[in-house]
Amino acid sequence: MTDVVDTGTALGRPIKRKEDARLLHGQTNWTDNIQLPGTVHMAILRSPFAHAKITHLDVSGALAMPNVVAAFGAAELGDLNSSVPCVWPVTDDMVAPDFPALAKDTVHHVGDCVAVVLATDAVSAVDALEAMSVDYEPLQAVVNMESAISPGSTLVHEDKGTNTCYVYNLGGGYDEKVKEADVVVKRRFINQRLIPAFMEPRSVVAAPMGMSDEITMWTSTQIPHILRLLIALVTGIPENNLRVIAPDVGGGFGGKLQIYREEILVAQLARKLGRPVKWTETRSEDMVATHHGRDQIQDIEIAAKSDGTLVGLKVDLKANMGAYLQIITPGVPLLGMFMYPGIYKMDAYDFQCTGVFTNTTPTDAYRGAGRPESTYAIERIMDELAAELGMEPMELRRKNWIKHEEFPYTTIAGLTYDTGNYELATARALELFDYEGLRTEQKSRRDSGDRVQLGIGISTFTEMCGLAPSRTLGALKYVAGGWEHCTVRVLPTGKVEVITGTSPHGQGHETAWSQIASSILGIPVEDIEVVHSDTGRAPYGMDTYGSRSLAVGGQAIKAASERLVDKARVIAAHQLECSPEDLDYVNGVFQVKGDPEKAQPLGAVAFEAFTAHNLPDGVEPTLSAEATIDPQDFSYPHGTHLAAMEVDTETGKVTLRKYVCVDDVGVQVNPMIVEGQVHGGVAQGIAQALYEGASYDEDGQPQNANLSTYLIPSAPDLPSFITDTTCTPSTTNPLGTKGVGEAGAIASTPAIMNGIVDAIRHLGVNDVLMPATPMTVWKTIQAAKGGK
Amino acid sequence: MQHIKVTVDGTTYHKEVEPRTLLVHFLREDLGRVGTVVGCDTSNCGACTVLVDAVSVKSCSMLAVQADGSEITTIQGVSDGNDWHPVQSAFKECHGLQCGYCTPGMVMSSIDLLNENPNPTEAEIREGLEGNLCRCTGYHNIVKSVQRAAELMEGAKS
Ligand code: FES
Ligand code: FES
Repeated sequence: MTDVVDTGTALGRPIKRKEDARLLHGQTNWTDNIQLPGTVHMAILRSPFAHAKITHLDVSGALAMPNVVAAFGAAELGDLNSSVPCVWPVTDDMVAPDFPALAKDTVHHVGDCVAVVLATDAVSAVDALEAMSVDYEPLQAVVNMESAISPGSTLVHEDKGTNTCYVYNLGGGYDEKVKEADVVVKRRFINQRLIPAFMEPRSVVAAPMGMSDEITMWTSTQIPHILRLLIALVTGIPENNLRVIAPDVGGGFGGKLQIYREEILVAQLARKLGRPVKWTETRSEDMVATHHGRDQIQDIEIAAKSDGTLVGLKVDLKANMGAYLQIITPGVPLLGMFMYPGIYKMDAYDFQCTGVFTNTTPTDAYRGAGRPESTYAIERIMDELAAELGMEPMELRRKNWIKHEEFPYTTIAGLTYDTGNYELATARALELFDYEGLRTEQKSRRDSGDRVQLGIGISTFTEMCGLAPSRTLGALKYVAGGWEHCTVRVLPTGKVEVITGTSPHGQGHETAWSQIASSILGIPVEDIEVVHSDTGRAPYGMDTYGSRSLAVGGQAIKAASERLVDKARVIAAHQLECSPEDLDYVNGVFQVKGDPEKAQPLGAVAFEAFTAHNLPDGVEPTLSAEATIDPQDFSYPHGTHLAAMEVDTETGKVTLRKYVCVDDVGVQVNPMIVEGQVHGGVAQGIAQALYEGASYDEDGQPQNANLSTYLIPSAPDLPSFITDTTCTPSTTNPLGTKGVGEAGAIASTPAIMNGIVDAIRHLGVNDVLMPATPMTVWKTIQAAKGGK
Repeated sequence: MQHIKVTVDGTTYHKEVEPRTLLVHFLREDLGRVGTVVGCDTSNCGACTVLVDAVSVKSCSMLAVQADGSEITTIQGVSDGNDWHPVQSAFKECHGLQCGYCTPGMVMSSIDLLNENPNPTEAEIREGLEGNLCRCTGYHNIVKSVQRAAELMEGAKS
């Protein structure tokens, strides 16, 4: 199957993906498929305790086991036991505990790494773990955030003297402003802990390649470039001797935006042993050792006039860091900080966040990273305020949102939203949903006392995409920039390489980036190869997360492609004996204005640039151009999501009957991919609302750390979705794009939960905990009845 | 070690295997058929699905020795080389995959589902794929892909 594409119009078309042929034929190169001669396989002894002293560890028993090559605890590893870095010290006095790859004398969460065995096959390595001798002295664990920060609590890290990682404040005018309010509504929302659960387990291979001491590392990551830098910094492997490759990566959702202790161990051991080392996690390891997401207690207060006009918002968060800080653990709640006011105008906003250590798996970015939490809080509290005021919830939103003619608009949180049209997206969503019809049905079911009640859930959300202007990151104390790079090369055969610093793991960059380059170069999509995710072939990049790849990386592709055409124009003019201004560039061919017979295609220019036999003076051989772009600002996708929820008031069973979303993601490069991203994001957000939640008992033992107990939805658990888009182009980047990777996951959770509460509010319910399982909903209804 | 004989994607192998070796590890490590992948250790994800004597099986829930004498088709054997099985074509056409990690299992389960029920309803497709998890697509386009594959296969018959 090939797709015939007429060039020049590639942008905006639902072109079928280039990636699919290899993925559909089982010809993909997953990291775990890599099997180099002489490989040793690593297996990890992990802590079964949430908090314990290691009183005795002897790894020597493992060495006597068949096929074992080496075994290490922290003592044996010595200086090679590097610590895992955190690159976002959010405050000057943030508490950052040491996080050695192998625990030294104390383990701090179930799954903490204690020792490793290396054997010539994976099964022997796992078998040999049994032969190690280890004793623990269990210590009291602290799991609950509020206990952790109360005086006298058990400490996760004794040497730090506190379980408070940091306290961050923004704003300060709320307490004064609230005096002008007629109504104040307070709620405590729990944004439960989630597990990314990408389908491809993490895997890493590192091997000395025998060339200038180079270590090549293949790893299932979203961030090969950042990882190369950080591995070099923490291990001492010279950066210029380290090549990191992310082969095909089976999903990430933020979970592979990380430098993991296992990656550090594999790199160090490959160097120490002088041979390839490989490690692939089991799913059960993944569920305790891959970072988790969310896990916030949100105390939210909103103030309004009696007519519904918002006065202010106050947010007090407790954010669970887990046992250690990983790459951006402390920063995740702050990514949400800017978005609590959502799409609404108000006069005061106070934000406080307390980062808290507990004896649990570390948290970090998970699809949306801070923004799903903030959107959940604001969209839930808007419904609560509407109920308090007796207003229609959409009406309350309409009254307070930024009107389309008011853009650009600087919010109370200090962001300037460049464009948007909430009216348009909402009108379209209401129509697709049959909002009025469903409200009528809701009323009649309520009047008749139907056992199954209907609720309508609204989420009118926005988010910030395109991480990020480097200066903004600097102001937030993040230690890197947010630029992106692209090099475009036309090879002597006329084939094109687009070398990008983004690193896809399911998004279809190979297709979409080809479309962008094709639209400028006039070269067919199939003649363009997108080179990515290999620091040897694509040396500069800031990788893929935060819906940044198109909004930032796309600009670099556009700029580099345009620069390339500029260079080619000079060469073509020389060949055609005219001035560059006298040339038109049409479908990949330079034509002399008024004499289109005199023409030279881009491929021919590239060949001239390659032979360099006849170049104009001062023009260097080869045809390539590059661009490194720092975004001028964020982009702000938005949308209106609506959910019709049925709740069986006798069993607590919840059914998602209809889901409609209209998203404004700006200009779309490939609408088919956009729609797919929306589907997947919406599904993950629904999963938070209805199915998922990682839980621990009070001793810090995970209660559902495998795929038979941690319920990621399967096909019968979800409906088909009704999706549409509107388009107000972003003005912060020349393509007018915004970003879509996280939108669905950010928007859908509050839509679902608002729908559930709306269905049973008349029973006295004003909140339901997530996930809204039948048991939880039933108990909530019973409690409300009892309270009446 | 135990001797087994299996035919995988048209090639017959004679191999010695440990009795505890799972079929999926046998396929990947002993035969190098790495198109079939592992997503879990509790037989929940379905990423490892293959056809054993034309019936879909999670290859992590079966021992290699149990496959002795059988004929196995993996994702690498459903179409010849670079040809396309209608289910593969439909997944591409309907954007039924993103990262593609669940895809080998999804395609194999879909083939089995359509063998059993050439004209499934949406609900039957969803039920039929219950044992296959996908974290990327939200299943919407997977359902459409199976519907489209049913059309393509129907068309191929008539
Ligand atoms: S690997 Fe998950 S079901 Fe087989
Ligand atoms: S496409 Fe990624 S898990 Fe299904």
